[in-house]
Amino acid sequence: MSAAPPLLEVRELEAFYGRTKALHGVSFSMATGGITTILGANGAGKTTTLRAISRMVRTAGAILFEGQPLDGRATEQVVQLGIAHAPEGRGTFVHLTVEENLRLGAWGRRERGGVEDDFERVYGYFPALKGRRRQAAGTLSGGEQQMLAVARALMLRPRLLLLDEPSLGLAPMVVREIFRILRTVNKDAGVSILLVEQNAALALDLADHVFLLETGRVVMEGPSEVLRKDDAIRRAYLGY
Amino acid sequence: MEIFVQQVVSGLATGGIYAALALALVMIYQATDVVNFAQGEMAMFATYLCWTMLNAGVPYWGAFVGTLVLAFLGGVIVERVVIRPVEGAPILSIVIVTLGLLVIFNSVAGWIWSYVQKPFPSPFPSTPVKAGNIFFGSHDIGQIFVTLIVLACIWMFFKFTPLGLAMRAAAHNPVSSRLVGIRVGWMLAMGWGLAAVFGAVAGMMVAPVLTLEPNMMGGVQIYAFAGATLGGFTSPGGAVLGGFIVGVVENLVGTYVSFIGTELKFTVALGMIIVVLLVKPTGLFGTRIVKRV
Repeated sequence: MSAAPPLLEVRELEAFYGRTKALHGVSFSMATGGITTILGANGAGKTTTLRAISRMVRTAGAILFEGQPLDGRATEQVVQLGIAHAPEGRGTFVHLTVEENLRLGAWGRRERGGVEDDFERVYGYFPALKGRRRQAAGTLSGGEQQMLAVARALMLRPRLLLLDEPSLGLAPMVVREIFRILRTVNKDAGVSILLVEQNAALALDLADHVFLLETGRVVMEGPSEVLRKDDAIRRAYLGY
Repeated sequence: MEIFVQQVVSGLATGGIYAALALALVMIYQATDVVNFAQGEMAMFATYLCWTMLNAGVPYWGAFVGTLVLAFLGGVIVERVVIRPVEGAPILSIVIVTLGLLVIFNSVAGWIWSYVQKPFPSPFPSTPVKAGNIFFGSHDIGQIFVTLIVLACIWMFFKFTPLGLAMRAAAHNPVSSRLVGIRVGWMLAMGWGLAAVFGAVAGMMVAPVLTLEPNMMGGVQIYAFAGATLGGFTSPGGAVLGGFIVGVVENLVGTYVSFIGTELKFTVALGMIIVVLLVKPTGLFGTRIVKRV
């Protein structure tokens, strides 16, 4: 008898931009219900790893979601499996209103029911968005746009949430607020999270498991409380 | 004064035609960055399909709706079969492809239906409508109503339906659209389908005036370009308004500026295009597109 497959399993993943190879055989897996973070310097391949899972780059190797291969699928089919992706740069539909952005977030859902309830649920997480629901998303502040990106992803009722640098360019208070909500979402709604983050201290606080990426390879992995104490990690990513 | 009002109303009637075709051009431009030079010829072809149905004894409004359905399918097929393979090609290649489509639709129509002009019926009575002391052509008035109804329907479709929302999203931001699960390729194809529907409406409304022949839409398309340029190629509402303005201006200038008359009307449209491009290249309501890399 075999155990249930991990939520996400990546094996010997390579990714290419044109003829340039950006990932050189990345392997990792994450369990259901957890928060995993990928740390690494600029250009290490963090964003590319998320883009590979969402089928936005050409890849070789295997990506399995609950045992099903993602490799042959189109981006929109991956979404339908319950993988939401809040991309680098937030990917806001700036011409559309906040409410329209959220409605689009539910587009890829398998079951249509409960969308109206989910509006209330995400407005509960992000009350600031509720007051601006009829406003064009492009007029929001950076922090509000990031909240919108997370809220839109949650409208899918995802099983796995891919988050690319949610702290980028935001005030520390806003970042703390977003990370607090991410923890709530993970605990209450059981959404597993794969987080890419430059701010290593924050990411180590939130995540239970960490992978360290360097020039397209996983060079270290482990539970976050262990890696937090590692000298090399501390010096390179935490800066003390 | 009576002549002025009559000319304005008749200008609004033809302006509605330009507005519908201008909207078709702008929709496709916004969704796929392609200027579809074959838009007018696709409209002409659809009008011939309507003519064929009418000749087979289908009642007018049945043929009208049937034509819209066929035009939609035709637009989708053209996008899937012809435009899709050159997606991402240099803009010049795509322009050449749509010019090729123009020639193909034109000559195939000539081959099937010949170049002989055919009378095309108007669904509206031939007796003029009287308002106060002024008489208006029934077809002009009916044409304005049909155009306005079509525009209102399409506005509601984009504003209030989930599919309309997804189509707007796909046009503005294809990458994010895929990330929420929208099948962007199909949305763009449906955009071509809808554009072909507007074109078909324009064709069927203008055919009773111009009489049906394969080169019927050539002039209309120039005016539609003028309308889209005037209103702004990035603004659907602007393009519609631009179409109406061009129709009215064309008519008034033809009536009141004696040396222009009917012969130089075209020059007015082309003059408008050039003036707009020189003075305000984005058009009245357009926005400058900033490409971020």
